[in-house]
Amino acid sequence: MAKISSALFDIGYIDTLSRQNSLIHGIDTRVKVLTTLVFLITIVSFKTHEISSLFPFFIYPVFLIILADLPFSYFVRKIIIVSPFAVLIGILNPFIDQTIVLYIGKIGISGGLISFFNILLRFILTVLSALILVATSGFNNICIALEKLYVPKMLVIQLLFIYRYLFVLIKEASQMSKGRKLRTFNGKGMGIKVYASLIGHLLLRALNRAQRIHMAMLSRGFDGEIRTASNMKFDKKSFLFFILWSIVFLIMRIYNLPQIVGYFVVIILK
Amino acid sequence: MHMADALISPSVGCSMLAVTGAVILYSSKKIKEEFDDSRIPLMGVLGAFVFAAQMINFTIPLTGSSGHIGGGILLAILIGPYSAFLTITSILTIQALLFADGGILALGCNIFNLGFLPCFVSYPFVYKNIVKEGSSKTKIFTGATIASVLGLQLGALGVVLETVFSEISILPFDKFLILMLPIHLAIGIVEGLVTATIVTFILNAKPDINAYSYAPSVKKNIFAIFIVAALFTAGFFSWFASSLPDGLEWSISNVTVKEEISSKEEKIYSSLSNLQEKTSFFPDYNFKNDKEQGNIGTSVAGLIGVSITFITIALISLILKKLKDG
Repeated sequence: MAKISSALFDIGYIDTLSRQNSLIHGIDTRVKVLTTLVFLITIVSFKTHEISSLFPFFIYPVFLIILADLPFSYFVRKIIIVSPFAVLIGILNPFIDQTIVLYIGKIGISGGLISFFNILLRFILTVLSALILVATSGFNNICIALEKLYVPKMLVIQLLFIYRYLFVLIKEASQMSKGRKLRTFNGKGMGIKVYASLIGHLLLRALNRAQRIHMAMLSRGFDGEIRTASNMKFDKKSFLFFILWSIVFLIMRIYNLPQIVGYFVVIILK
Repeated sequence: MHMADALISPSVGCSMLAVTGAVILYSSKKIKEEFDDSRIPLMGVLGAFVFAAQMINFTIPLTGSSGHIGGGILLAILIGPYSAFLTITSILTIQALLFADGGILALGCNIFNLGFLPCFVSYPFVYKNIVKEGSSKTKIFTGATIASVLGLQLGALGVVLETVFSEISILPFDKFLILMLPIHLAIGIVEGLVTATIVTFILNAKPDINAYSYAPSVKKNIFAIFIVAALFTAGFFSWFASSLPDGLEWSISNVTVKEEISSKEEKIYSSLSNLQEKTSFFPDYNFKNDKEQGNIGTSVAGLIGVSITFITIALISLILKKLKDG
């Protein structure tokens, strides 16, 4: 139950974050979607034994979080919540590959450990960029941007519809779940039979709601076409945002900046 | 079992996006042709329903742990495979964007595992074969259960294949399979029973429910899409699994003029052993060799470099903050 209401709060919260006014919020959503894609592909294209070259990429999320006035702690919490699957699969690497490939001082580091850290870094970076995209653009804007980027309209309308009724149905589900919980003792009554009829009733209500919504839409002149309004403007600022970040990503992908800087320092020190 | 971006390679992610993208296009065309306007709010509200239903848990008998439904088969039975597929696609997209549950690049993989496989493989080839016009309740119950179990097994297999082909996790195929399939068999049986119970409940409460799933000439088309998509995936996969470097790697290796050994495994191992050679004498050896640059401790340089990167990013963020506030 705590899970349901916190999920509801979470969606509401990310929506609130997206309604701010900042330099980043003002950039064309299409551009932000594309930049995020470039970022993701760049990160994902790294080999599994690279660690140091991934660090410079933190500049992108950090830059956006600061300029867009987003709370750091929120993202940390989110990353921890969603991490289990990736971490579970990644954590097996150190056990499978135990060849020592690197020494730091006297401590040997295995190839598996390196690839595990690599997966962790990838995970943090990719999740951060996706969350920041929504927190700086808003879900509705992203949907409209997707439509402008030639995603089938049927899917975009579905996304908008589900998002609209998510709040309504989650609230209903949370009330039903609360009602069930108040009537159960020692876990009795939480089983499949009660659950199935609970979900069944939720489903019946949803079907009736869909019918009512359709009638309401018809009475307001719905002709099968849903029109989306947007004020997206592809201005100079947005253009620069995309070009500059793409160049930065490319440079950071081709050159291992920390390694190069490190070499220089070592040479100078000697 | 949502795939994360961190676990897939760009080639697997992009090819799966392409395949599912084609199925999305085809499905939306089909829905526009064969259904009326009422389908739009119906799919939307049912999508929100699955979302909400996934948040209510039930106690799994004997174990005391809790589970929830996946919804793919349930939707396919209720509103037909095309609408169900698009609805699941939307749900997964929203989960990826709002909850960071499953990655954006991995969306293609997730849509394939949790949407395509149950809606276009498990539903038409299993459920539809068991349940015919006027089938008994028992038959419907059996069909829904088996279809759910198979859907989840296929999905788990999909996760394994996509992970192994991505070569990020180094789990070997057979071990990963042994890890994933039994767990998802257990989950699948419970989920299947629950789905079947919900389906029979709805059939009792609303016998006209079949009207929603009415879709003429579905089977042949599904088969065609499946063949095309399967060929696509197989083609893509075998191409990527071959020793050819993928597009991005290739272009980067061209830019940096770094010669790479063609076999991926060999490449990783040789570079790792190189690294080992370079660094294993650390710390006594490297610092004595002033003139030979190649022997500078890679790990030392790396550590120093990463620390400097950290400091730089921290400085930049401080400056940014000052600039913005001041």
